[in-house]
Amino acid sequence: MRDDLHDLLKTYEGRPVAVSGRGPDPVNSPMIRHWCEAMGDTDPAYTGPDPVAPPTMLQAWTLAGLGGPGGAQVRPGPYRELMALLEAAGCTAIVATDCEQEYLRPLRPGDVITFDSVIASVSPRKTTRLGTGHFVTTRTEIRANGELAGTHLFRFLKYAPAGRAGDRPARPRPVINRDNAGFWEGVAARELLIQRCDACGRPRFPWLPGCGDCGSPDWTAVPASGAGTVFSYVVMHHPPFPAFEPPYAVGLIELAEGVRMISNIVGVEPERVRVGMPVVLEFVRVDDDLVLPLFRPADEGAV
Amino acid sequence: MTPAPSPGDVLPSLTVPITRTLIVAGAIASRDYQDVHHDAEAARAKGAPDIFMNILTTNGLVGRYITDRLGPGAVLRKVAIRLGVPNYPGDTLLLTGTINSICADERHAEDVDRLSEDALRLLAEVAVVGTNSLGRHVTGTVVVALPTAQPPLRESP
Ligand SMILES: [Zn+2]
Repeated sequence: MRDDLHDLLKTYEGRPVAVSGRGPDPVNSPMIRHWCEAMGDTDPAYTGPDPVAPPTMLQAWTLAGLGGPGGAQVRPGPYRELMALLEAAGCTAIVATDCEQEYLRPLRPGDVITFDSVIASVSPRKTTRLGTGHFVTTRTEIRANGELAGTHLFRFLKYAPAGRAGDRPARPRPVINRDNAGFWEGVAARELLIQRCDACGRPRFPWLPGCGDCGSPDWTAVPASGAGTVFSYVVMHHPPFPAFEPPYAVGLIELAEGVRMISNIVGVEPERVRVGMPVVLEFVRVDDDLVLPLFRPADEGAV
Repeated sequence: MTPAPSPGDVLPSLTVPITRTLIVAGAIASRDYQDVHHDAEAARAKGAPDIFMNILTTNGLVGRYITDRLGPGAVLRKVAIRLGVPNYPGDTLLLTGTINSICADERHAEDVDRLSEDALRLLAEVAVVGTNSLGRHVTGTVVVALPTAQPPLRESP
């Protein structure tokens, strides 16, 4: 299968993450001490009157922390666009996988940190133990007072978390309010209820407090027969949403009563759905707490 | 001082209890405020059972392990790590290292100006593996400049 998203993601290779980024703070003894305390590192080189920073702090000097001033990572630009594309594709989770650092010169308190960072590569879609997504590699050169002090290759997986057994995200819950509660009560009773205007007789769906034709607030709920035809449809391939496994068909179904409703068309391969296809209502329990009115082809023999 | 190591030598291991405090302190000391490293609820919402250690802390612990075992005076030149299973609170990380190779340090000593010109003359490449109860947390390679000059003998009290 062609990976259209990857074609797009690849165009970000070689584009900058940060240009002339500046570390929020110069190299300093308090941050060195906090680091050593956290790591339990008692190397005497990192303390005393003339300490050097632990070399493995290299990346820490470049990070924006909570995103205050100097936060190069949050600026608009290709990197943020790339991350937004991945997010939109359902890759909402991130995990760092590789860190390769070379230390060219020791960092000492007072050194002013600047850095340039580029998107080195974006992998094709990969399925891992955690989920499916893309590996992104960035390459950063870190300078101290303008002099190259180290290089940093960083790789992370931006991914859509895999649903573990029984742990798949649930479908969205319906928002039930005063105006549509009767519809959901109908669903609970395995009835597809539409409204009929008491004044002009016009059927309507979805549920609304008043008639769109005559404005009357009076109506009666009537059960639909459940017969309908596919008025229009789309087959969702991408982007993936939690709880929905692509490809799947979303149809605009014209009911025999003359109103249209949006639902899934199930019981047929999505690519075999056609406009005009006769369908019938079926109540499907999609999880422990949710039953939905879906549609399947009326003529089972045809599929 | 530790005698100069040779290829194949196995370094004494280091055991690091993975406490919640270490995970949070490491994340904050490395200025990494991703919520999965300090907020258990946020971590669970993203599919992890609990907060887990960030890569910078793992990197720092690998660096500490090598200089603990080969220092004082050992200077890290390269640290390259790959993460496997996460470090969750309550687990224990066991770091082990094996000397891959020893070679002459070709870099001039002027960039380590605090030390005399020939104080750092050998580079060791060390293979590092860190395991916890879930499996391999980290595998990596560290290049470290070794001190060859003997420190002055300390008189026993
Ligand atoms: Zn009406």
